[in-house]
Amino acid sequence: MTTSERNVVLHVDDVSKNFGGLHALADIDLEVEQGKTHAIIGPNGAGKSTLLNVIIGRLAPTSGAVVFDGQVLTGKKPHQINQLGVARVFQTPEIFPELTVLQNVMVPAFARRDGAFRVNVLRSVEGEAALRDEAEAILEDVGLAARRVSHAGALSRGDKRRMELAMCLIQHPRLLLLDEPTAGMSRHDTNTTIELLQKIKARGMTKVIIEHDMHVVFSLADKISVLSGGRIIAEGLPDEVRGNVKVQEAYLGGAHRLEAVH
Amino acid sequence: MALFQLSRRDALILALFALVVVTMPVWTAPFGANYPGLMQKFAIYAIFAIGFNILFGLTGYLSFGHAAFLGVGSYTAVWSFKLLTMDALPALLLAVLVSGLFALVIGFLSLRRSGIYFSILTLAFAQMSYNLAYSVLTPITNGETSLQLTMQDPRVIDLAFSERGVGLPTASLFGVTLSGLSGFYFCAVVLLIAFFFAQKVFASPFGMMLRGIKSNQMRMSYTGFNTRPYALTAFVISGMYAGLAGALLAVTDPLAGAERMQWTASGEVVLMTILGGVGTLIGPVMGAWLIKYFENIFSSFNEGILSRFFDFVPEPLHDTVVAISSKFVGEGWQLTLGLLFVFVVVFLPGGIMEGVRRIGALFRRRGSPPKADAMRVQPAE
Repeated sequence: MTTSERNVVLHVDDVSKNFGGLHALADIDLEVEQGKTHAIIGPNGAGKSTLLNVIIGRLAPTSGAVVFDGQVLTGKKPHQINQLGVARVFQTPEIFPELTVLQNVMVPAFARRDGAFRVNVLRSVEGEAALRDEAEAILEDVGLAARRVSHAGALSRGDKRRMELAMCLIQHPRLLLLDEPTAGMSRHDTNTTIELLQKIKARGMTKVIIEHDMHVVFSLADKISVLSGGRIIAEGLPDEVRGNVKVQEAYLGGAHRLEAVH
Repeated sequence: MALFQLSRRDALILALFALVVVTMPVWTAPFGANYPGLMQKFAIYAIFAIGFNILFGLTGYLSFGHAAFLGVGSYTAVWSFKLLTMDALPALLLAVLVSGLFALVIGFLSLRRSGIYFSILTLAFAQMSYNLAYSVLTPITNGETSLQLTMQDPRVIDLAFSERGVGLPTASLFGVTLSGLSGFYFCAVVLLIAFFFAQKVFASPFGMMLRGIKSNQMRMSYTGFNTRPYALTAFVISGMYAGLAGALLAVTDPLAGAERMQWTASGEVVLMTILGGVGTLIGPVMGAWLIKYFENIFSSFNEGILSRFFDFVPEPLHDTVVAISSKFVGEGWQLTLGLLFVFVVVFLPGGIMEGVRRIGALFRRRGSPPKADAMRVQPAE
């Protein structure tokens, strides 16, 4: 695909967010292309999670708008945004602790099939064989098939993250937002998650990812935006960002750390 | 047809439950509770608690105003008796309809908040209904004298087919009088239908979404669910159950008073549900039966009965034992119930049903290796 055919699916248009006198985000412009993985990196307090919260409709921007596939997301409710095909993995896993792992993954499947609201009392969950098979296949993908009858609250933090990822994947979202998807995971689990995310990428799912782990970022990202003090200070292909002196000063603290991970 | 399908496990539970309900006159006899008036209450309050549990047990929204719907159901049923016919079916249908509409309005307003604020809102609406029934709405509720049948009631449908009889009529079903045991069996059949529908809700995708709301409402919205209509539907369904129970109270005794809507009545159904086991199907039924038993039988125990009960205790101690235990029965029945409630909440947070489960697990562990147990867990349970 040439640059002239760039297919921008998510457009963050001049978004600012103030909390009282604090400018958490200032004039953010971001374009995410269809099927690409766009990483947002930056030091703590740079505004990464705030940006994600604005995209997903959890926070209303002070000015600017977020457009996804021609639809303005700003002002829409979280469930409406999800129904348009945007799913999110949270920094602290948001799951259903009282339900089993399998049920956790089946619930989002119902949202995808039945929409935002449907009183379905005639059928039984047990009779939904197709959805259950699909949920079990995805649990297999994330490596949680053996835990499917466990209560989700009993999982380790890393397993909860993987389950939350499965909960998003079963919806076949067109845009997946990941807030530090590998935080709290062992190196082995991190690598499994990277492989999984690379597999999804092959299927053409667009992703925005916030991550501290540079190994994860450089394994997955097609494009990187560096956020610092609520502004995008650099943007480009992974190699360009790696070589950017400004970035190294603001965030990476010197070239040696980047060399260390590669 | 999908409407009448149950999983094998649920069908078995329904069959056992039906057996227990139908044979109630037999097994309540040793407890001295086998008179129709009390057994009717057993069936009616079980319906009330099952419905309440659809809201509280599945969505986690704790309503402190469900007695309002019980009262609305009673008033509607009595008005149906007065204006239309003494047949029970129109009364039940109208009561379910009107209490459902009532629940729609109160639920729509109350569900704008959650947690304690939701509870307070429902309590406020119920107390408002209670006070209005005594003041502004007396033309409809007949205030303190309660709404009752009179010799001058129009009863247009009945009187179109037959002459006005002597004395006040009683409720009937297709001409069969519903009083005493027949009244109980009518309530029992309605209870079984109500139980069946609750089973359907519990096993359905809708029921799973309600559990999702209880577990993590935020995740539900980010997963694409509009949670408020889900909670509102659960609220209306449980309001309809309460209205149905209220109508049955009117069927068995055609009289409706505002005291049915008082906050203590709303609190009672909360106690029933917690005592039996929140979120379980059978639990609320057990809680309802236990509380109604205490209220009606335990409260009538006196020193004479205790003295006979403690006959085996030697003479010097006998009077002391009777004197102490008499504080816990008769007028002191609420003391016993309160202690029982504290015991359950502290040691069995899942109610009586958790106790049953624990005992069951104890037996199974002894009978078979624990590994087989883990395999038996149903994934989509």
